[in-house]
Amino acid sequence: MRKRSVLALTIAVSIGAAAMFFPFLWTIITSISSGAGLAATPQLIPDDPSLAAYAELFGNTPFLQVMANSLGLAVATTAAQLVTGSLAAYGFSRLPFRGSNVVFAIYLATMMIPVQVLIVPLFIEIKMLGLLNTHVGVLLPGVASAFGVFLLRQAMNAVPRELDEAAKIDGAGHFRIFGTIVLPLVGPAVATLSVFAFMGSWNSFLWPLIVLRTPELQTLPIALAGLQGQYTTQWDVLMAGSVISVIPMVLIYIFAQRYVIQGVANTGIK
Amino acid sequence: MITLQPPPSATTSHPTPIVIGPAQLRAPRRAKRGTRIRYALVISAFLLPSAIPLALFTLVPMFGALWVSLHEWNLIGAMKWVGLNNYASLAVDPDTHRAFLNTAYYIVGYLPLVYIGGLTIALALNSRMPARAFLRGIYFLPVVTSWIVVALVWRWLLNPEYGVVNYVLGLVGIDGPGWWTDPQWAMPSIILASAWKDLGFVMVILLAGLQAIPADLYEAATVDGAGRWRKLVSITLPMLSPSTFFVIVISLINGFQVFDQVYAMTGGGPAGASQVVVQQVYDLTFRYGRAGEASALSWMLFIVVLAVTLIQIRGQKKWVNYA
Repeated sequence: MRKRSVLALTIAVSIGAAAMFFPFLWTIITSISSGAGLAATPQLIPDDPSLAAYAELFGNTPFLQVMANSLGLAVATTAAQLVTGSLAAYGFSRLPFRGSNVVFAIYLATMMIPVQVLIVPLFIEIKMLGLLNTHVGVLLPGVASAFGVFLLRQAMNAVPRELDEAAKIDGAGHFRIFGTIVLPLVGPAVATLSVFAFMGSWNSFLWPLIVLRTPELQTLPIALAGLQGQYTTQWDVLMAGSVISVIPMVLIYIFAQRYVIQGVANTGIK
Repeated sequence: MITLQPPPSATTSHPTPIVIGPAQLRAPRRAKRGTRIRYALVISAFLLPSAIPLALFTLVPMFGALWVSLHEWNLIGAMKWVGLNNYASLAVDPDTHRAFLNTAYYIVGYLPLVYIGGLTIALALNSRMPARAFLRGIYFLPVVTSWIVVALVWRWLLNPEYGVVNYVLGLVGIDGPGWWTDPQWAMPSIILASAWKDLGFVMVILLAGLQAIPADLYEAATVDGAGRWRKLVSITLPMLSPSTFFVIVISLINGFQVFDQVYAMTGGGPAGASQVVVQQVYDLTFRYGRAGEASALSWMLFIVVLAVTLIQIRGQKKWVNYA
């Protein structure tokens, strides 16, 4: 392509990117604008920027606790999915048994069942287990992910089996082969699954909304939705809450961009 | 139910096939019983940690929902068997029709917007340009953001009185609508926010598809004197059809299940103008305590999604081009 058209295209794409980014920018600006200025003409640079909204948030709502809840749940979900997912992936990749393909197909089929169909019975199950309004109740349905098993199995299938054989001759059992040979070689897939598991938990809404009742136990998305009732027109506070709940995800995204984008791109290739 | 095959012996260098012939079936019987049991235990140790939760929290509830849907139940008292009555009454309920129509409205507005937007950006970002990875990163950023944040931020952007969108429209002399406070504009507001969030996702999938198209096709077309438009229509779009198919299937499945952004932006209002199926399931269960009807409605939705997906899979031969 000629130089001039490259330049024109770059400018057009950059304008689009700026437009895409504007809602984030506006969220940050609003969060540091003082309440009085909000009702007036919108300003790109607020007259007297202040952190009052953040002070309000951390001073008068259990927001710090809510952040800790979200973080704890996201870390626990990620760890659980990595353990259950990598074990199962090794099983499907390295331990042939009759019916293996059928069992794997059932795993894949669970990915296609919409969460909404499961809500009512899942609610009853968790209620019967006495886990309503607990973090364990939120965590439990998410400890295994068929997507994770699928992703890691694909990666493990690409690890040469000669490596296993060599270890086997040295007397290694399946757990040693899994832990010291196969798992260390599927690092990128583990990274992709970690980011997706963390993101899924951090952003999940419907299930925690149903399970959790006590404000002190709530997660960020629930607390944010609740803030709307409390601070109907105090947009600086609402936007401060949004900024805080987006920052961790954005940081993870920046560091793991390669894996996130690769993960999405791979799902599109059959 | 599951017959075991002995662990591949250390001397075989080729991977053991999963397809099992009669010869291999005989092998485990000859193997020592202890070895077989030990192999079964090893398999259980690897598979059960995921199989048990998946069974308990996906398969059991799925059939549980079917069971509940055949009852009248308020989540607390005794369940009363009503057979298919819940399905029959939902089928003629105007609220159900409205929920399905609104969901269809959402999909019809959202899908073209996000696909054409995603394709345009993917095409632009597929050519060489400075800071390409950075730009791609910006477009993708909303994908990692939670729906609740997206909903809150867009409620503020589209605020009828103080929102920046109506302010900018006012500068060019347009009197902006009431957006999510106006029954006519509630659904378009949700569609706009959703398209903004998902654009990057569609872009990445289409970019991966574009990068898989062999460059020599374009070179041959250039030799034949094809212009840019001709290449787009005759090479790019047909070669991209598997990715397009994937985007459409996924977007339709997600579109039928739209909930988070509706709940947080409008709650289905004003006056039910943006009430979608899943919001209806939620309201029936947790607002009105009609769990039987809610389960029936969720199964109706599941069957619709399944049917639409199967129709697409059957129809793909007509237009999807697998190399």
